[in-house]
Amino acid sequence: MTRVARGITLSISLAVALVAAILLSSMVGQLPVTPAEIVGSVLRALGIQNGWAPTDQIVESTIWIVRFPRIVMGLAVGAALAVAGAVMQAIFGNPLAEPGVVGVSSGAALGAAGAIVFGGTLGITAALGSWGIAVCAFAGGLLATLVVYFVSRANGRTEVVTLLLTGIAINAFAGAGLAFLLFMGDTASREQITFWQLGSLNGSLWREVAIVGPITVLGTIAAIVLGKRYDLLALGERNARHLGVNVEALRIGSIVLVALLTGVAVAFCGIIAFVGLVVPHVIRMIIGPSHRPLLVASAVGGAALLTFADLVARTIVPGADLPIGMLTSLIGGPFFFYLLYRQRKRSGGWA
Amino acid sequence: MSVEIAATGIGVSIDARDILADISIDIRAGELLALIGPNGAGKSTLLSVLSGDVRPTNGVVEIGGRDIRSVRHLELARLRSVLTQENQVSFPFTVAEVVEMGRSPWARTGSRDDDERAIADAIKATDVTHLVTRRYTSLSGGEKARVSLARVLAQSTPVVFLDEPTAALDLRHQEEVMTTAAALARAGRAVVVVVHDLSLAGAYADRVALVAAGRLEAVGTPADVFTAERVERVYGLPVEVVTQNGRPVILPVRGAFPA
Repeated sequence: MTRVARGITLSISLAVALVAAILLSSMVGQLPVTPAEIVGSVLRALGIQNGWAPTDQIVESTIWIVRFPRIVMGLAVGAALAVAGAVMQAIFGNPLAEPGVVGVSSGAALGAAGAIVFGGTLGITAALGSWGIAVCAFAGGLLATLVVYFVSRANGRTEVVTLLLTGIAINAFAGAGLAFLLFMGDTASREQITFWQLGSLNGSLWREVAIVGPITVLGTIAAIVLGKRYDLLALGERNARHLGVNVEALRIGSIVLVALLTGVAVAFCGIIAFVGLVVPHVIRMIIGPSHRPLLVASAVGGAALLTFADLVARTIVPGADLPIGMLTSLIGGPFFFYLLYRQRKRSGGWA
Repeated sequence: MSVEIAATGIGVSIDARDILADISIDIRAGELLALIGPNGAGKSTLLSVLSGDVRPTNGVVEIGGRDIRSVRHLELARLRSVLTQENQVSFPFTVAEVVEMGRSPWARTGSRDDDERAIADAIKATDVTHLVTRRYTSLSGGEKARVSLARVLAQSTPVVFLDEPTAALDLRHQEEVMTTAAALARAGRAVVVVVHDLSLAGAYADRVALVAAGRLEAVGTPADVFTAERVERVYGLPVEVVTQNGRPVILPVRGAFPA
């Protein structure tokens, strides 16, 4: 199959997977709902009266208050993390860069936890309201990205070993910071921080979706617009500059973009690692590394993957809602080992 | 011949050490200029200054009469292309995709036909037709060098800088690349090539600039610059200069070093 044919096949498969993920997630749960009821309810919300719509008020509110915000949140966060991963890999020139692995997510989590514990005292909550946690998560993520970027890069490229060591250092620091905040915080804050460390879509609200959704959409569009420049960046910084790319501006803009997408995802759902690693990687294997199609497919793929993962997280153990971050790390961790092993075998070392 | 790039009084100092001092040189349309000199003489630094990558400590580089630092990235990319020594690609792009990247400065300026013609010409001139569907990351060093040259040629700029384009190449491809560079000059472009092989420079260059210890030792036709006395003094090795087809060929006098 040519790349174009594979691209079309991938687009169709992703679209099917996305619709299936949304539909299945709306149906399955403690209160089973039929597909007809879901379609009917959506149509009624769009102003089209029909016979499928549920008459039971409990079904209606389960769909609209519990399941839909959670699904939309999953879609947005999955897309945001996958796009952030692809952008990060582009600016680091390294397919192993990922917000969770290199510590951007834990930096953001530290920022968010700081806002929970000290937000009231420092007046952040008063000044920014429900945006306070998001803004602090963004600031933490941005700081972590900047540190990783400036420590681990040399001559326009990043060595795997330096990148991972920087990630270890940042994860360790942020972990200690979170532990300190756990120690300092009251019981309510502690529960919230634990939730952040494990990552979950449980209890997503429409007003949170209203923050995460638009930022994800805008961030993804920005990344796609920059896609051609990311292709040129693969030639190395000097060559990209010779081809007319303002490398410094692209770098700074992309760092902000990564921090924004990761920060907003972490602010409301905690640390969900490896999505940004696995999704772009698999898609690159199928349709090649060209960034525009890669970013589009990663956004859709990340959305579908996280929706499925969340479905598994809340149904695999009856009556329990597993943290989704735990689940993605359980699957993503071994995948990461595999990538490291392959890269090491191919390049004969840690280059 | 019109002057494309004019450098005057160029000096580059790093940590109070002079890498380049007081170099003035013109790059002219329709001419193949070879930059030569021993290792560490400052050839690559000079090339970086002339191409606008490095800001000189002293002096000015003008492109088309304007200070090169005042020309925006994209506009500069339409005026000059550069083949660097290192040409790694981070992700497994195909050769066709890599060559096509050379056209990116011209996006939305001309017709799709211009792009296709420039890409086809570049692929033909560098003898990489059989590689176009391969992944760049799977190529050998010499193949990568030729594909990167194809990308630079596809950029279709009036000024072309080539930093050691023959370094990784076998004998035939060395001659082919220099022939391509000479043909570009014949077609009216200004071509600057850094080479180590003096005979290669002697055979193809219209003008040779010999850089030694950060200074411009001599500029002129190969026959004028390559005298046995001067090459021996600059390189610290006795040489014999013979003439083949009216061009100088520089042969080291072997056995000059005690075993």
